[in-house]
Amino acid sequence: MAITRGEPILMRGNEAVAQAALDAGCRAFFGYPITPQNQIPDYFAAHMPEVGGMFLQAESEVAAINMVYGAAAAGARVMTASSSPGISLKQEGISYLAQSELPCVIVNIVRGGSGLGNIAPAQSDYFQSVKGGGHGDYRTLVFAAWSVQEMYDLTREAFDIADRYRNPVLVLGDALLGQMMEPMVIPEEVVDPATLPAKPWATDGAKGRARNIVNSLYIEAPELERVNLRIQARYEEAARRDVRYAAESMDDAEFAVVAYGTAARVAVTAVEQARAQGLRIGLFRPISLYPFPKEEIAALADRLKALLVVELSLGQLVEDVRLAVNGVCPVHLHARTGGVVMTPAEVLEAVKRLTRQTEG
Amino acid sequence: MATETQRKIVFERPRALEPVRMHYCPGCTHGIVHRLVAEVIDEFELAERAVGVAPVGCAVFAYDYFACDMIEAAHGRAPAVATGVKRVRPELFVFTYQGDGDLASIGIAETIHAAARGENITIVFINNAVYGMTGGQMAPTTLPGMKTSTTPYGRDPKLAGNPIRMCELLSALDGPAYLARVTVTAPRRVRRAKRAIRRAFKAQLEGLGFALVEVLSTCPTRWGMPPRDALQWLEDNMVPYYPLEEFVVHDKLRDKT
Repeated sequence: MAITRGEPILMRGNEAVAQAALDAGCRAFFGYPITPQNQIPDYFAAHMPEVGGMFLQAESEVAAINMVYGAAAAGARVMTASSSPGISLKQEGISYLAQSELPCVIVNIVRGGSGLGNIAPAQSDYFQSVKGGGHGDYRTLVFAAWSVQEMYDLTREAFDIADRYRNPVLVLGDALLGQMMEPMVIPEEVVDPATLPAKPWATDGAKGRARNIVNSLYIEAPELERVNLRIQARYEEAARRDVRYAAESMDDAEFAVVAYGTAARVAVTAVEQARAQGLRIGLFRPISLYPFPKEEIAALADRLKALLVVELSLGQLVEDVRLAVNGVCPVHLHARTGGVVMTPAEVLEAVKRLTRQTEG
Repeated sequence: MATETQRKIVFERPRALEPVRMHYCPGCTHGIVHRLVAEVIDEFELAERAVGVAPVGCAVFAYDYFACDMIEAAHGRAPAVATGVKRVRPELFVFTYQGDGDLASIGIAETIHAAARGENITIVFINNAVYGMTGGQMAPTTLPGMKTSTTPYGRDPKLAGNPIRMCELLSALDGPAYLARVTVTAPRRVRRAKRAIRRAFKAQLEGLGFALVEVLSTCPTRWGMPPRDALQWLEDNMVPYYPLEEFVVHDKLRDKT
């Protein structure tokens, strides 16, 4: 497909995700249909053959993530995508990927939950995303976009981050970000998979080397602890190197809204309106949800009067914010759930309430 | 010429088996089947391009025994893992080694769909009618009336359902290039089993599609009988229920090996 590069084009978020994977040198995708992420596998089905890549519709989410496990073990850049209920099904496989120290990229176009829920934009998978998700002592590295451009940029970079830490990386969007078309720029340069660094640990045939084993079973407890500590050290490195966030109107702010993804997209409008009314408030937007920008939020708590967390889940993000703030300043919450997206007017009201309460 | 014959090596450990002690119970037939798989890896000189996928169950440590690249899969997911490997590295030889709980119960969807796709992988399926590793519970292949720790009064099909004949089930699909059920209860049986494994390897090497060899096996420990009695019990009880046959043989596999 002739895609225009280097200048603004209109693209749908889900398609930007898939194009980003191709541009990152990913040549293998395994998925299963679920709304609202269906444009992602559709795009791969259409465009993988053009680059000699492999698209396979698996029989289930469970099978798809285990195909990812096999492809990652064999050293390939590989991806799967799904939406909340499907991500729940993948959690077993994600746990195995993490414990076996295998890199891969997983995109979750989050929908309203729990259960079957609905297909509206939501952030109710926050805990599942950042606290582990499956069984065991592991984390996925989690990045949350707020625009189609960021869906592309974060997905593309996610492959490098996954390879760097030999760990699954999760990219979060939602129905709004996935379905919406907006202007974005696809860069000129793309990654040639042949130029990617070798993976000497991969199970791709023991020719001219000792055999490799990809495994998550460590019967001896001290050995498993050693492996878990090795993995933990990578998370600590990620916390030093790969914390991402953005700040809007924060320089002279006395208050801040903390929000990510679609909630931040709504909140930034409210912040602009509040500024126009003379309120000194800014927006702090975590982009990496794990590692979480806790030091940056702690620093905000030291200088601001109060924080307002705005999220599309009933008090999930706010827990991490409160841990980072550690009681230094008040942290309020404005939450909607079940796929209801708050309006800027609603957030503006919450901001005004926050400033009134704090100023007493 | 006589001295030539005397100097000929007629028996040795296959190069594709690691020189380590296996954890299998005395009298268990896993060891025989491991050896057959390793011998065929050697015959086709696959050690440098073979990737094996181990299951969850008694063969969970198979990655310690086969002298090639190995992956340990989640319970039942080996065919999906093998699919992932084969799809990104078609030049590799990819096989799974799975038990009945892994392949026919928790992983039956992965098995059936890999077969339906004609996924170009080879599966060695150990059917011993019981969950060995976890303590002798009912398997999807436990015979009616058979006592296990979860069918202490004998498997009652009205309560616990009926056994699954995997080869017959998979025979209904268009994807398999080779399906056979064998056993290893006697030397002639072992020779036939090896021939079946060889054909199942050949199916993949020639790109013909999905291949599976079901090996009826004994579990003296969980069946609660001496190894020799277990072999006889298998012949008397399992073989009538699970007939030893080649169910699917691709035309290109006939009259060879």
